[in-house]
Order: sequence, then structure tokens, then C-alpha cells
Amino acid sequence: MSDLTKLTIAEARDALRQGEVTSVELTEACLSAIDQADAFGAFVHKTPDIARDRAKAADDRIKAGDAPAMCGIPVGIKDLFCTEGVPSQAGSKILEGFLPEYESTVSGQLKDAGAVMLGKLNMDEFAMGSSNETSCYGNAVNPWRAGNSDAGLTPGGSSGGSASAVAADLCLAATGTDTGGSIRQPAAFTGIVGLKPTYGRCSRWGIVAFASSLDQAGPMTKTVRDAAIMGTAMMGHDPKDSTSADIPVPDFEAMLTGDIKGKVIGIPKEYRMDGMPDEIETLWTQGREMLADAGAVIRDISLPHTKYALPAYYVVAPAEASSNLARYDGVRFGHRAKLSQGDGVTEMYEKTRAEGFGAEVKRRVMIGTYVLSAGFYDAYYNRARKVRALIKQDFETVFADGIDAILTPATPSAAFELGKEMTDPVEMYLNDVFTVTVNLAGLPGIAVPTGLDKQGLPLGLQLIGRPWEEGDLLNTAYALEQAAGFVAKPAKWW
Amino acid sequence: MSIDKDTAAKVAKLARIKVEPEELDALAVEFNAILGFIEQLNELDVEDVAPMTSVTPMRLKRRADVVTDGNQQEKVLSNAPDAREGFFAVPKVVE
Repeated sequence: MSDLTKLTIAEARDALRQGEVTSVELTEACLSAIDQADAFGAFVHKTPDIARDRAKAADDRIKAGDAPAMCGIPVGIKDLFCTEGVPSQAGSKILEGFLPEYESTVSGQLKDAGAVMLGKLNMDEFAMGSSNETSCYGNAVNPWRAGNSDAGLTPGGSSGGSASAVAADLCLAATGTDTGGSIRQPAAFTGIVGLKPTYGRCSRWGIVAFASSLDQAGPMTKTVRDAAIMGTAMMGHDPKDSTSADIPVPDFEAMLTGDIKGKVIGIPKEYRMDGMPDEIETLWTQGREMLADAGAVIRDISLPHTKYALPAYYVVAPAEASSNLARYDGVRFGHRAKLSQGDGVTEMYEKTRAEGFGAEVKRRVMIGTYVLSAGFYDAYYNRARKVRALIKQDFETVFADGIDAILTPATPSAAFELGKEMTDPVEMYLNDVFTVTVNLAGLPGIAVPTGLDKQGLPLGLQLIGRPWEEGDLLNTAYALEQAAGFVAKPAKWW
Repeated sequence: MSIDKDTAAKVAKLARIKVEPEELDALAVEFNAILGFIEQLNELDVEDVAPMTSVTPMRLKRRADVVTDGNQQEKVLSNAPDAREGFFAVPKVVE
């Protein structure tokens, strides 16, 4: 078989089971693709030895005839997941040299299912960013380029390495995490599918924490079917995460019928932003027509508190981050600053954190510290939590009114040039304007590639579903994917 | 509410992040830009709204209060920048 790395999970699974290909062959193809693609900065810790061992074991398991769907599938793992004995730095200098003694639940579930880890993927430091430019490893680069330009574009963030690796066929799929849009925005920027499950679906155990009430892991894949397959393998109850939901995970792939007749799709008027590019508006209209043609009922809806989602997020997320990141103190793991004569423990904390954290992380930790500090807690943090309740209520109201899923743009633009938006933090935050509401309300959301802009860059739409109904959401996404027929791939320049 | 240089220094101290005095002005400007963005929240009347405590209405699961692991001293210390005689070592804390 040629072009093994271009296979989807579903295609590879079937080929593996029919003996047309081995996991060792698939894995070797990916490893060589990865070595030719250092220009992307996608894989920041390669694990070829682990990959080869796991591929061999997977082949044995497949031969024995009792292999789960992910068995033998080569995947990349975001650097945020702790992987036993393999560097897991969350894109931060402060975790340099950290070798976890344990495996995160999600990467462990994939491992147990026989998936082959190829290495760790680049990301914004502690998942704080929307362009992968805050990483201690340097930028991840988008395999897509605008027209004839050779300017480097962002793959989005924070799961930029994951997006870039999947889009460039360096791996069949990758794990991502999403706190404010970190799976869906990079997926949209690179023409792939990204699913953020309902809060509580994937265990957070062993995933470096950013904002614990918002963080959720999910699959980043080439197709909706693959998101269903990999999603099923990643989700499930975990006693080690007290917020993990004890709700059975169905076989999502079996729910992909493509039949959405009579489903009610909401179009929220508040997502029509001032200054939104015409292309995004057109894309949204086309998506709406595609779903209507497939038999869905389209209904205009209102989510009145949408405008306040980003400001609420930029209180809640930094507040939780300031608390979660307090553990990086130079005592138990990672970097410790060189101390001067007479320095005490406070100087050790202050110097260690000043050296170990990058600018954006420091900014958010300090903003979080401020909004939680005495005298400001009510004005900022409690107010934001109240606004969050209102945002969730908006969704509950429309779902109670019979809406099955909500269609919105995934991002306010196509991928932008690296270096372009780094100067203004608030400008950068606006990237998550369509995705962040979903995290605040704990809902499942998925980005599906549906078109190209006039420069030939991919654009995606987002579908938002009811809590715990990823199966139904994936099926609607599947119908949208079928109708959009997005098959474009980046032209190879690397 | 506007953050001045002294407040920026206080926040940096609370966050245990060393910021050089000459960087404080720029930091205060950044804080003000972000807080200005957050101020939008004041447009809403949230008087009678209960703050969200959990995004999914669930009772946290409880487990039996029993020892489930232990005896992992080596593993616990394996990533420490400075571990001695089975302990994490830090600069002198008590005079």
C-alpha cells in the first residue's frame, strides 16, 4: 500500500484486520514522515523505540484476532499528557527534565487499546495561547500556506503541534486538550476534525492542569468517523478524577448514520460578530444550507450572554491557573533556579518561577492572583462565576426549547501569520470567541472542515451538542462532513 | 479600577514571580488592558444569580477511606531538583 500515513484510523483499522498492512509498516511510514517534517516543529519529543515496540505488540494482538479499533494505530500525544518515562513538559521550560513515573488515564487507555505513540506534540506553554507561539520549544508551523506566499502560518493553539501533525499526515490522529478552544480552533486552522467532549467525559488525571473546571481532552483526527473511534477509546469513567462522569460511553462510530432528518439546528444570532470576514459569514450560510438539505430544521436562536463569555473566561481560567500552577515551585519536579548566597525559600520560588514560566503564563498567573486576591474576589471572580451560570443557562434554555445542535463558525478568521498577533494579548484572546462559551457551559463541541478561503486556507464550522450526547453530535457532524465534501490537503513544501 | 506600579509589584509578590523593578510599569499597562477587557462584566446585573460551583450538576464521588498505594519514595523523589536522604531539600526555612 502506498501513502500509509494518509490513511484514516478507520481505513488503517480495516487494512490491519484484513492483513493488508502491519502496524510496524504503518509506524515506520509515520516515523519517516516525522523525520522529514522537522520544519513544522510538531513533534518535540520523538519516541521511535516505544513506537516500534508497541507496533510489534499490536501486530501480535491483531493476529490473535482480538484487537480493539485503535490497536496498531500510530498517534501523537500532546505534550500536556504525562507519559511514563517520556518527557512531558506542557511546552514549558519549568518542566524541563521531568520524566513522569505514571501515565495519564487518557494516554493509558489509548496505550491499552494498542495505539502506538510516535512522540509528544508541541503546544502553547501550559495550553495558554491560540497560536502555539508561547511554547518553550518554539513555534509549531501550519502545513498550509496562503496562496503563493511562503510565510509561516500558525496552526492555531494551544494544540498546534497536534493539528499540524495530523494535517500533514505525520500521524493518523493525535490527542488534544481544550480549555477555551484549544482543540477546535487549531483543527479549523488546519482542515481537520477536532472534538471537545462534554466536561467529565475524559479523565483529567495525569494531564497537566491549566483550568480544572474547563479542561477537557479530545481527539484530533482526519475525519468525523475517526473522531468517533478515537473518542470512544479516550473517554470513560476514572475513579482517579472526581469530576469524571460515571456514564457509559457508547460506540460512537455505530451511531454515524448520516441521517439527521428532523433534527433541529439552532443558529445563534449573537455569533454574527461585527467585522466578521464575509468568507466566514458565507461559510456559515453554506453550512446551514447543507444541514437543511440533509433534512434538518434550521431555527434562529438567541444566546444573549455570548458577549460576556470571553471576559468571564479571562477571569475564571487565569484564577484556576494561578492556583494549579502554584505547584511549580522548584521543589518536587522540574526547574529550580540557581540561588545566590543568602537566598531563602521565597527567593527560590520567585526566581524559579520567573525563569521557568514564559511571558503569557506569568501574565495569566498574575491576573489570576489579582482576581482572587482579598478585596477583588467578589468583584471579579464571583462575578465571573455568576456570568458563567448565565451563559450555561442560555444553552439550557435553547436545548429545552427543542434545539438538538447549534451551528456556528469555529474561528473568526483563517490561520494567521506567525508573529502577527503576539503583540496584543487581548487581540489574541478574541480567537476563542466562538469556542469559549462551550467550555464555560461544559458542552461537547466539534470543529469540522467545510471550505477554503480565497487564499486556499481551510475554514471550519463548529457544532455544539447537548451534554453527554457526543454520539448525536458526531452524527450531525458526519452529515455536515458528507455534505461539505472537504478533501483538500496542504501542498507539500517540506 | 486601575493598577499602578505598586499594585503590580504586590501581585507579582503574591504570585511568587520575581519581576525586575524596571519591568513593573509595562506589567501594569498589560494588566490594565486585560482588566479593561474584563470590566465588561460589570454591564450585567448578576445580583440574584448564584455563582456556578460545578459545570455539571453532579455530586462528587466518594471513595472508601483506605490506603490504596504507598511505598513509592523513590518514584516520588525521582524528579526532585534536590533530594537527599529520602527528602526534598530546600534552602533553610526556619532560622
